[in-house]
Amino acid sequence: MTLSVTAPSGATHQMADAWRRQTSLRRFYTVLGVGLLLAAMFASMWFADEANAGHFFDRLPHILDFLSWLIPKDWNDVWRALFDMASPHDTGTQEFNFPLGRVYVWGGFYIPEYFELMITTVNMALVSTFIGFIFAVPFSFIAARNLTPHPALRQIVKRFMELLRAFPEIVIAGLFAAIVSTGPIAAIIAIGLHSIGALGKLFYEINENIDMRAEEGLRAVGANWFERVRFAGLPQVLPNFMSYTLLRVEINVRVSTIIGAVGGGGIGEELKLSISRGFGAKTLALVLLLFTTIFIIDQFSAWLRRKLVGEQAFMMGA
Amino acid sequence: MATMTAEQMLPIEERYPQIFRRPLYKRFTPLLLFAGILLYLIYVLWFFSLPQVLRDSHWERLPLFLTQWISYDLQPEFRLDQPEITPKYPRFSALGENPDPDWVIKNANGTYTILIDGPAKSVTFDKTQATIVANGQTIPVALTGGKPVVSGSVPDWVTVHDDEIVAKMGFVGEVRVTVDRVKVRKRFLGWANFVFDTRSPFFGKPASEVISLIISGPELKPGTSNLALAGDNIWNNAQWQHGDVWTKLLQTIVMAFLGTLLGGIVAFPLAFFAARNITPSGVLSQVLKRFFDFMRSVDMLIWALFFTRAFGPGPLAGSAAIFFTEIGTLGKVYSEGLENIDDKPREGITSTGANGLLVQRYGVMPEVIPVFISQTLYQWESNTRGATIIGAVGAGGIGLKLWEAMRTNSNWANVFYMVLLILLVVFIFDNISNFLRRRLSRTIHDYNRIQAERG
Repeated sequence: MTLSVTAPSGATHQMADAWRRQTSLRRFYTVLGVGLLLAAMFASMWFADEANAGHFFDRLPHILDFLSWLIPKDWNDVWRALFDMASPHDTGTQEFNFPLGRVYVWGGFYIPEYFELMITTVNMALVSTFIGFIFAVPFSFIAARNLTPHPALRQIVKRFMELLRAFPEIVIAGLFAAIVSTGPIAAIIAIGLHSIGALGKLFYEINENIDMRAEEGLRAVGANWFERVRFAGLPQVLPNFMSYTLLRVEINVRVSTIIGAVGGGGIGEELKLSISRGFGAKTLALVLLLFTTIFIIDQFSAWLRRKLVGEQAFMMGA
Repeated sequence: MATMTAEQMLPIEERYPQIFRRPLYKRFTPLLLFAGILLYLIYVLWFFSLPQVLRDSHWERLPLFLTQWISYDLQPEFRLDQPEITPKYPRFSALGENPDPDWVIKNANGTYTILIDGPAKSVTFDKTQATIVANGQTIPVALTGGKPVVSGSVPDWVTVHDDEIVAKMGFVGEVRVTVDRVKVRKRFLGWANFVFDTRSPFFGKPASEVISLIISGPELKPGTSNLALAGDNIWNNAQWQHGDVWTKLLQTIVMAFLGTLLGGIVAFPLAFFAARNITPSGVLSQVLKRFFDFMRSVDMLIWALFFTRAFGPGPLAGSAAIFFTEIGTLGKVYSEGLENIDDKPREGITSTGANGLLVQRYGVMPEVIPVFISQTLYQWESNTRGATIIGAVGAGGIGLKLWEAMRTNSNWANVFYMVLLILLVVFIFDNISNFLRRRLSRTIHDYNRIQAERG
């Protein structure tokens, strides 16, 4: 290969200078941006530390002290707590009264208390996701630009879903706690309403990207709005809908435990009590159960989503 | 419209057997799914004993609570068993120390008239009788017997109890009459004393007067300028607690920001070791991936409760909880992003003999940085919402304040104030994050387009 080298002309010098100026300006912006971000980070750290009851560096040496209460005297107590079996350390205090929580189904057969609570939490998540799904599907077709029956209706539904999404869940939970009494139902309503907004947004974004030829075909044979949505829209988007719904189940299990901790019932409440009273064995049993359940649900949902829509299920953001 | 005959349909059916003659199990899958869901719903109905809960619920409270979000009431009480009738207002009522509202009128003949909604909805009374006016009707009540007695017919908006007569007038309020007292509840639209509370020297003054006082008035509190005094009064408003609410709101924002940022900083290098195509060792990749799963599966709630115990309640605990969860979430999405990259730039850089670090810097980072930032922004946005909830378990921020305001069921206006602030913050952050992500996705889009053009 031969290279013919010519002396750089004035124009090349100009270009090189312009390029150098551009890169240095870019570098300056990057440094400025990172610098601002770091400044904001340290300011936030200072602010969080000031506002906290205990300060970071005062408490840091005691972190391990605090963890030491977690270690039970007898590791078998973790299993006993999990399965509600009598503990030899039981002295009548709440720390070791494991068998008290048994939920008898029939005869001597019982569901351990923590499993019952976990089932409650999972049911809360499933029902609220179901509510979200049922309402989000029709809303999403109304809110999609290409399928909406009327532009004004589209705006209304979109704003409504935005509101549902942004409204803090604990406020809805607290409001309904005063109406239907504290417990899972109030939490379900709160999480369900939020899910409508969250799923609806994802759904209508999918709807806007469908192939419109099927819809055109149906329109040509005189199908009405419902038929067009049912036979042209739904078959294309259903796998994606299911994938996002499964993702929502994962999120809702987590949210149910948190809402549970502030009065919604289920495992969250028990965990909060157990940690605040310093019951080592009970806390470990609950953490173990919650961790395992969430892990299983996540893995199962990931597997199912991969089956439904392939690798696309794991793209987010961007 | 032309209809197809059976003969025309048959060949079509034969051409597409996968659509018209599907195997049995496929044909019945939707039905089975539907039946399964139905059975599950029935089970859940029983599990949460929904019929019982619905029977015991108080739906009539819902409109009441909702009106309290945007209104307040005043409840003057008039004792009739004392020598002279005087209005008594509850302590800390929205009217301040010496209330003299213009809707409580002392008539020349010694009777009192309370205008609940102008003269059309009002009550006039002395010690012997009360006259309630509403809905175009006038209801005289005699108070001289042992109990209040309505003379004439009783309309449906008036309820006669044993020793009390209650006249409900809708949103504007109600009147309760017994032989020894008249109790009025008058409801006003809006938020009472939102700017200055009743202890403030600026209380009850019209806006123009307040402004002129601040600009050029004499010092109301010696040694402090009126501007500083006004600011201090607003910030420390006893009823609305603006200062506390805004500080707690800032804490929530800081929690989400700090947790997400630190999570991103820690997850970033780890993701390179966890990504299948970049990691120096397959074992390390697996270990790191399980570690990310662990951090994610030990829920934000558990981290929040632990750190609240370790650091004490406050935003530090909340930030730490979000930080730990975010290491898992961001670690997972970062490593998945890395696994999806185009390998060619990396090969190119490697072929020039660059070392490992430089290969990552020039072969991988330009491709993934916009995606990473976009995903981090997305998490930041969702954590801003999440931080509100974990605050309620003691992890700092506005969550706990919100929860406490709700628990009493009497402070709904304050709840709504905080909700509006949260909605505003979420709205602003959504838009910032959307804007940045759109710009970034344009970068990603451009990159992909250039790649595609070059083939």
